[in-house]
Amino acid sequence: MKIQNASVLITGGSRGLGLALGMQLADGGARVVLVARNRFELDAAVAGIRGRGGEAYGIAADIGKKEDIHPIAAQAAALAGPIDILIQNASTLGPVPLRLLLDTECEDLERTLEINLVGPFRLAKVIAGSMALRGQGLVIHISSDAAVEAYSGWGAYGISKAALDHMTRIFAAELHDTGVQFLSIDPGEMDTKMHADAIPDANRSTLAQPDDVAARILEIINRNSEIPNGQRVTVSAVEAQR
Amino acid sequence: MTPAIEPRSIRESARLLVIDSCDRAFRDARITDLPEILQPGDLLVLNDAATIPASIRAWTKEGSSVEIRLVRQAHDSDWLAVLLGEGDWRTPTELRDPPARISAGDCLQIAGDFVAEVVGVSDVSDRLVTVRFNRSEPEMWTGIYAYGRPIQYSYLRDDLALWSVQTAYASRPWAMEMPSAGYSITWSILLELKRRGIELASLTHAAGLSAAGHEELDDRFPMPESFEIPERTADAVENARREKRRVVAVGTTVVRALEGCASAPGGRVVAGRGETDLVIDRSFRPAVVRGILTGVHDPTQSHFRLLHAFADETTLRRAWRHAREADYLCHEFGDSCLILQ
Repeated sequence: MKIQNASVLITGGSRGLGLALGMQLADGGARVVLVARNRFELDAAVAGIRGRGGEAYGIAADIGKKEDIHPIAAQAAALAGPIDILIQNASTLGPVPLRLLLDTECEDLERTLEINLVGPFRLAKVIAGSMALRGQGLVIHISSDAAVEAYSGWGAYGISKAALDHMTRIFAAELHDTGVQFLSIDPGEMDTKMHADAIPDANRSTLAQPDDVAARILEIINRNSEIPNGQRVTVSAVEAQR
Repeated sequence: MTPAIEPRSIRESARLLVIDSCDRAFRDARITDLPEILQPGDLLVLNDAATIPASIRAWTKEGSSVEIRLVRQAHDSDWLAVLLGEGDWRTPTELRDPPARISAGDCLQIAGDFVAEVVGVSDVSDRLVTVRFNRSEPEMWTGIYAYGRPIQYSYLRDDLALWSVQTAYASRPWAMEMPSAGYSITWSILLELKRRGIELASLTHAAGLSAAGHEELDDRFPMPESFEIPERTADAVENARREKRRVVAVGTTVVRALEGCASAPGGRVVAGRGETDLVIDRSFRPAVVRGILTGVHDPTQSHFRLLHAFADETTLRRAWRHAREADYLCHEFGDSCLILQ
């Protein structure tokens, strides 16, 4: 997928991997729309990209709120043009400190699924239709190792990411001949606030930097036509191929 | 004819009245039959405009309530708009109070930090104004989406939510009212059309208000509307014309865009942005479109007049009487009608 002149929507775009992706995609000539809940952080992120000469816009909204989905999609398309690349990066760990499923409140699981699964479903549903009609588009779901491995204490998050991966595969199967590609990307462990929330005593020197991971994801975007639709891609595998 | 009073829970449950204008015949079908009715090689063109929450409540300096109904974006933060007075959508538009007297320079307060200044009042009617929002993009869109609501219809049972007025393939927010001919078209229908060799293409047409409930103004509708035709669509349309394949428009907005574009010198559908003031009626002979999917329209509606460009008066009236007797539903969320030449 060509990045130059593409219209890109990134959820969870004000910090961490989302912001790093926004920066690098804008550096590559994309028009970038960032979505985040915190207006202050969002404005700083947009200003940072514009300060580097990139084209960026911010939409303060909550991917976990049904009422915010159409306004996000429509405003993004109004500002940057019909969306070519949708990167669904926003997510929540669920209850922290992490806890066993038997200790997880039902409402906490519901809220985690709302943000990590139902929100991305709603946004993909709204945006992928216009992509399919135009005959092109790329939807990336940021997944996790926890989607595959059953780690104790990562229940709500892991369930949501496993379901997100399967949603990616089903969308891909249904839209296989429309020119719209769906991918799940496992970025690996990164030095982010989310990781610190999950594992406060982690050795940060062993964690990947979001900038480096974003660079690998841009490589995936650049050669997406070589990857089967619906595939789950791990950034560590991309690095191993380099 | 009875209007559909709520959005369908299953969109593709709509019925389809199929009119063959050559044979002057009509028959009953379902919208899900569309892939069988169209022929391989037909080109179906859809309007991918998303619907804006174009109804915005505001207050004058004196405290009178005003409804701003956006008609079209003139440029930047300037919008052509119709003003309605006190009351809400449960009162038919034509029975609504006129707005308080508004002059150029007046400010309409939408929220604490969101204001629409009236920068022009039309000579046609003082209800037709140009307003300038005090925010430019992107904050203007934030304001419109925070305080606007979809235009509502008095025949509906409940308030309309924003998601109820979007098609399954909507993209940029250009339409003030939903391009409703595409409302019943689901992706299961679109994918089946593709599978059967029916080509799909899109354009974006900024559908304006269908009516303002005020005679002087309604005589002016539809007003000039903007459209954009992608290169891929322009090529598909010209290829279909060259190869004598049918171009079928989903909705009158697509007819206006394609025929408006082709009415320019050269007669070709070309890629790019344009504006059309084309009025399509019985005297109009389409140069591009040979079929239209639309709603089931009553002879009193302006859309019915447009259909005369595709079928003769007698056939249309026979078909309409049948639709009424067979309990077809009309208006935005009603049943569909396909006219093929």
